[in-house]
Amino acid sequence: MSSSPAKPEPIPGTHLFDGDAAAKGFALNDMCFSFNDAANRQAFLDDEDGYCAKFNLTPEQRKAVADRSVLGMIAAGGNIYYLAKLAGIFGLNVQDVGSLQTGVPVDKFKAMLLAQGRGETYEAAHAEMMKGEMVNG
Amino acid sequence: MAEIVGAYFTSHVPAIGGAIHRGLQQDPYWKPFFDGFPPVQEWLAKVKPDVAIVFYNDHGLNFFLDKMPTFAVGAAAQYDNADEGWGLPLFKSFEGHLPLSWHIIESLVEDEFDITTCQKMLIDHALSIPFELAYPNADKWPTKLVPIAINTVQHPLPSAKRVLALGQAVNKAIQSWQGDERIVVIGTGGLSHQLDGERAGFINQDYDKFCMDNLSVDPAALTKDSVHEIVRLSGTQGVEILNWIGARGAMGEGVAAEIHRNYHIPISNTAAATMVLEPA
Repeated sequence: MSSSPAKPEPIPGTHLFDGDAAAKGFALNDMCFSFNDAANRQAFLDDEDGYCAKFNLTPEQRKAVADRSVLGMIAAGGNIYYLAKLAGIFGLNVQDVGSLQTGVPVDKFKAMLLAQGRGETYEAAHAEMMKGEMVNG
Repeated sequence: MAEIVGAYFTSHVPAIGGAIHRGLQQDPYWKPFFDGFPPVQEWLAKVKPDVAIVFYNDHGLNFFLDKMPTFAVGAAAQYDNADEGWGLPLFKSFEGHLPLSWHIIESLVEDEFDITTCQKMLIDHALSIPFELAYPNADKWPTKLVPIAINTVQHPLPSAKRVLALGQAVNKAIQSWQGDERIVVIGTGGLSHQLDGERAGFINQDYDKFCMDNLSVDPAALTKDSVHEIVRLSGTQGVEILNWIGARGAMGEGVAAEIHRNYHIPISNTAAATMVLEPA
């Protein structure tokens, strides 16, 4: 992993799910994988603390789940295909997840996608989306 | 001898399954996407494939991260869908083609592709949705299935060049198959999209056009970029273009003819594309 060949230039706003992330995120992704089963989804809703404890989530992972912080879960090694199963429990779709990660209301996130459909570049559509938004942090 | 009738490519966004379930094909949001499918349906009715070899990626249904094969080939008599965790209705099962699966497996390993073989394999929306779109009124799927799963989830992913070579090796396997099947190859996923990170919602029309323009005439052009560069150009999930490249390889090395193309933004967070190619 860290001894591998030099990694190429990072991609802004992008977190590649590589060996480091896969190792770090195993417990969280394992829990999310369990949500393929409806009974497990219900067990999580019934007792979130107990269910997370069963999968030995790290404190960072547990906090990110408690905070419903998608970026926090990704920083803790979560993979989006698995996190989507957790999001599904709360009835969130990928536009909602996009809204949570970009910090704008979901309507603005959807408008950004539609703007690209009208031929705007991502950069232009994204700049328009962020207009008037508080910058995080 | 078996014949490759052509190749069909389409995005596989889970929400498409929901839209079909709710009958939203004529809804203004969905219509430009679904309008791309009557030509696919008519083409399939004309060329009448009875086997489908499908290149796709699993999204955490059959494979978990405890064991993640780079390339996996199904060798099951039947393939079932199952609950993927986000409320989609279950998709229909597929009948497998065991002798062809094992023939492809033997031929690939002979060609030094060290694949994983799966005698049990759940198939997810990435495989089912293209069939729901292609055969909207089918009670059962008219083709048998040979599924080929490519890891597009956990890096390192196979290079585009390697995936094209895998597809070409599948073509070689078909050439040495003695049956008289009519085979359609299918590549699912893409085009540009990114679900995760601060860059969520990223789409790149120029890169998508480059891929669609070259798929028929010069698929090797799609293999010049590293996986990292493809992610930069196409998004973290846009890298599913690997499935298209594999399917294109399975048509063989010759130039192909583009029969149909549809491209629409957005479907969910995705630049949705549909194409049909025939051997030239």
